[in-house]
Amino acid sequence: MSMTRRHFLLLTAVAAAAWDSIIAGTPEAASSYNASNHWYGMLINIEECIGCGSCVRACQLENNVPDGFYRTWVERYHIEDWQVESPTVDSPDGGKNGFPELKETGGKNFFVPKLCNHCADSPCTQVCPVGATFHTPDGVVLVDSKYCLGCRYCIQACPYGCRFLNPTTNTAEKCSLCYHRITKGLTTACCENCPTGARQLVDFKNPKDPIHEFLKTHSVQVLKPYMATKAKVDYYGLDGSVR
Amino acid sequence: MKDLKDGGHLLRLAAVFVVVFVAFLIARAALVPKGFGKYGHYRPEALAEAMDKPLHYAGHEACADCHSDIVEVKSTGKHKGVNCESCHGPQEKHVEDPASVVPAKLEATSLCPRCHTANAAKPKNFPQVVPEDHSGGVACDTCHKPHSPVIEADTAEVKK
Amino acid sequence: MHVPVEGFMYPNEIELQWSVLIVLYPFITGLVAGAFILASLERVFRVEAVKPTYRLALLTALAFLIVAPMPLQLHLGRPERSFEMYLTPHRTSAMAMFGFVYLWYLLGVLVVEIWLEYRRDIVALAQSSTGPKQWLYKVLTLGSYNVSERAMQIDDKVGWIITIIGIPSAFLLHGYVGFIFGSVKANPWWSTPLMPVVFLFSAMVSGIAVVMLLYMLTCRLRRTPIDMRCVDTIAMYLFYTFLIDFTLEMVDLIHRIYESDESFRSLDFMVHTKLYFSQIVLQILVGTVTPLALLAITQLVRLPELTRKRIYSFAGVLTMIGIFAMRWNVVIGGQLFSKSFLGYTTYKMGFVTREGLLPAIALSILPFIILWVLVKILPPWHEETALGQAAHGD
Repeated sequence: MSMTRRHFLLLTAVAAAAWDSIIAGTPEAASSYNASNHWYGMLINIEECIGCGSCVRACQLENNVPDGFYRTWVERYHIEDWQVESPTVDSPDGGKNGFPELKETGGKNFFVPKLCNHCADSPCTQVCPVGATFHTPDGVVLVDSKYCLGCRYCIQACPYGCRFLNPTTNTAEKCSLCYHRITKGLTTACCENCPTGARQLVDFKNPKDPIHEFLKTHSVQVLKPYMATKAKVDYYGLDGSVR
Repeated sequence: MKDLKDGGHLLRLAAVFVVVFVAFLIARAALVPKGFGKYGHYRPEALAEAMDKPLHYAGHEACADCHSDIVEVKSTGKHKGVNCESCHGPQEKHVEDPASVVPAKLEATSLCPRCHTANAAKPKNFPQVVPEDHSGGVACDTCHKPHSPVIEADTAEVKK
Repeated sequence: MHVPVEGFMYPNEIELQWSVLIVLYPFITGLVAGAFILASLERVFRVEAVKPTYRLALLTALAFLIVAPMPLQLHLGRPERSFEMYLTPHRTSAMAMFGFVYLWYLLGVLVVEIWLEYRRDIVALAQSSTGPKQWLYKVLTLGSYNVSERAMQIDDKVGWIITIIGIPSAFLLHGYVGFIFGSVKANPWWSTPLMPVVFLFSAMVSGIAVVMLLYMLTCRLRRTPIDMRCVDTIAMYLFYTFLIDFTLEMVDLIHRIYESDESFRSLDFMVHTKLYFSQIVLQILVGTVTPLALLAITQLVRLPELTRKRIYSFAGVLTMIGIFAMRWNVVIGGQLFSKSFLGYTTYKMGFVTREGLLPAIALSILPFIILWVLVKILPPWHEETALGQAAHGD
């Protein structure tokens, strides 16, 4: 991940402000954050992902994700003999501890990290009967775990399989785009810990966001575009076999 | 109007419904979370609660405050894009109390292969080895400096 | 708990979200809707032949309706928060309308209709019974003892209006469940505009069948002769409703096979393997084709009374099994395959767990216990009430 000096200094200033708010501890101290100035998404570069699982581990540590459930996970695709329609996919423990070597040699192989797409037109928020999952003004889909009934309708409605029921709280849960981090000027835990920069947080409304240039000059796609959910996680290098 | 007399029982039924309905409205007024609907169909406090969750990873900018020398070394090498906590783990507690909370010493032999073990699905240009064949059990940091992993002598060889 | 997975499933998809309790819920509300429709046949469409089952159908609907929210409560991760659906219902969610449709149907339709139908008996029982039962009837009268001819006429008129309103209400009570599934674009097994319609018609089938069975059973228990004209008519309605239901399901199936979209191969494989017994054997062969064939025979051939009774009973039981299997195949079937279309999981049903088989069985039996209590409080059979002879309509 390349960084200009100016960008680095900017981030330091933001980090200092974030530091203050960490010290202060209360949300009021971070009230300098104006949600309407931001619109978040993510860029995932398939060509850079090495399937190390650092993102999955980091997310679990940062967000207290229970074992056996995944706010983010990595899938490995193996395509034999150009059979794009029938890939072999695996995701051992969500890719948390990397992947064992493939038994089949040859073919096309790559990793695909996945997470909640924070869809702008999400079916999950549409079906929630009480308003326990919602869109923030800055484009993040969150779950209000103090209000959720645990009816699991949102889990059924998500086309991407990114939601689960937390067995401790018995409420629905999913990637929060590390809302507690990004609103303090930090990046998400997964992006922070990705060693190759395959995952990058994007602020579509921030003209100084370095990812904008990449998005303008490269072809990107979303998963299952026919679902028309206005997914905000863009993939570069997404193969046609990816489900 | 004589219907009214013979329909009296219906009025009683209607009265029961009205009472139940009013009781429902009162209960509703008391129980609906305050401010619900202010920003959208959700509890407005949920936003603040989501922002208020504890940090475990401090973020790499925090490291530079004290460890700028290492950041400098790292920024010129192949690991310049690898953030500190990616290897050192979550260090928010260390940032909050640097003297008392000391990060654990890392063990290269178990750490480095997490990324660098060869796998057919990894991008071809990514440096990957079969650890046993590559080092014969010798710890990775015997030859490679983690903050600047490329061995200078090798680079010189290649350039020749 | 390790769940065996074949192929690939998204990691969060492996464990099923909606259990047997969510299979039971539409089955129960389906019985409610179906029983009510049968009752409305007499009340609104003046099918005199089914009058002997009118009151029984209403009480059956009430007994099942009382139990209906229970599987949902047991299923919720946070049942203590279920009232939130009344506080902040999300208007874009079909599920949010449950609380209101349920309350409306229970209080605004069913309870009112039963009260109006039984008022004369309630007043009589409030005066004639003793002990705690008398208090119960006194409360039920709401303090009005007016059973004059004019009052009865008013009751009849209002009851008729309630039934008219009740028919679309019954459709809504069960139709919205079909919409809950049918509107989920993420799930190709569920997503079809036919879903609410199929749910409704199978509800009517199961409701008619259960009232028919209960009527025949209660006549046996009370040692009174079964009104064959009544049962023959019910069986006829059951047959034609079932025919429509079967046609709708076949249209859906043929459409899927013909269009053969992205999901088809995965779903087809699932039906032939994981869902083979519950779908092909139980739902289609045992639960639909067989009862249809049996009922068809009774419609085409003149058979002696005993044979008809036997066929109706057998066909009725098979029908109930078939409609339950249909709910199972929709709810569980929709969760057995991966949304990646690359794999399948297994449903591990517990036994003595919150959402296990034991609570499901208990909740299936409970409505009959409640019905027994209701029958004791509000006897449907005119011969047993003091005013049996003077009951309206006869």
